[in-house]
Amino acid sequence: MFPLSSTMELSQVASLGLAVLIGIGFGFFLEKAGFGSARKLVAVFYLYDMAVVKVMFTAIVTAMAGLFVLSAAGSLDLAELYVEPSNYTAAILGGLVFGAGFVIGGYCPGTSLAAAATGRLDGAAFIGGIFVASWAYAEFLSGFDTWLAASAHPDVTLPGLTGIPMGWFVLLFVGFLALAGWGMSLAERRFAGLKP
Amino acid sequence: MSALSAPHGASATREKSAPAPFWNPYVAGFGLGLVLLAAYLIAGRGLGATGAFSSLAAWLANAISPEHAQASAVHARYLEAGTPLTAWLTWLLVGSFIGAAVSGFTAGRFRVSVERGPRVTDGQRLALALVGGIVAGIGAKIARGCTSGQALTGAAILNAGSLVFMLAVFAAGYAVAWFVARKEWL
Repeated sequence: MFPLSSTMELSQVASLGLAVLIGIGFGFFLEKAGFGSARKLVAVFYLYDMAVVKVMFTAIVTAMAGLFVLSAAGSLDLAELYVEPSNYTAAILGGLVFGAGFVIGGYCPGTSLAAAATGRLDGAAFIGGIFVASWAYAEFLSGFDTWLAASAHPDVTLPGLTGIPMGWFVLLFVGFLALAGWGMSLAERRFAGLKP
Repeated sequence: MSALSAPHGASATREKSAPAPFWNPYVAGFGLGLVLLAAYLIAGRGLGATGAFSSLAAWLANAISPEHAQASAVHARYLEAGTPLTAWLTWLLVGSFIGAAVSGFTAGRFRVSVERGPRVTDGQRLALALVGGIVAGIGAKIARGCTSGQALTGAAILNAGSLVFMLAVFAAGYAVAWFVARKEWL
């Protein structure tokens, strides 16, 4: 039955309309979490407010558990879902550069949109930066991009790599979230004095 | 008497104009997780916040000079997928903007302002936001995704590359925050 994209033919208008609806939900919860605020976001790196990790981790575990339960119940074909090809060099290099930009700019792409939508001019400046980067990457790094794409491995997931079924990872992540939640509340108390 | 009534008056005004508090992070995260799950169930793929910018850049490059745009494999790839107006990721971003605006307005959080730490000026902060956007944008292009398209979307399906990306993001984030960017934020 799911994903709908592979079981039914959606018109372009319907498909793009659904994109808007999903986007509305995405932006709504990002803003409710406080992710339209650069100070709230970077607080995670100074340990006095760990909301970024709590929200991300909860979202990941929720979606992961949902995917697992629906596929176990036979309503979802996991093999039909798109998995970005893995390239560890690109993931490490890109991740390090991205993390530096996150702290300097105060946002990531999705959250800068939530910031700009609530009037934050620095969020709009960050969006301008992403556009400049997207253009510059295509202009100057397209050879590098071709190499990256050619050296990526398709469909590398932890259950596939280890042979351990997805359900065990769901349990592991739920347990880890509980433990991390406790650890983060300790960190927040310990580093409360860093809050400007 | 005046000592009693003054603070009372002050707090009454504050109650009226103060923005609503942010949601509990676990509740907001649960909601975000359901949205991500919905994206997977409907479109067969998760979320993404950077792809639309590449689509727009390719379209603009093509409008200025088609030969020049075709010379870049990246522009060519996005052009082949269609115009920004028919791209799924573009409309996802349009929706995100609307959703965040609605949430911000109704919570009393919409304010034209510059968010910054106490030790930098508005001008410095805007310049740093632009530079940070460029750096993060390049990182997202190299890694083929950002915190939405790689970290959230990939981790939910246990994509090994996405999990490595997320670890690298936090490693660099903590290093830069502690050793370079303290003056910007604390």
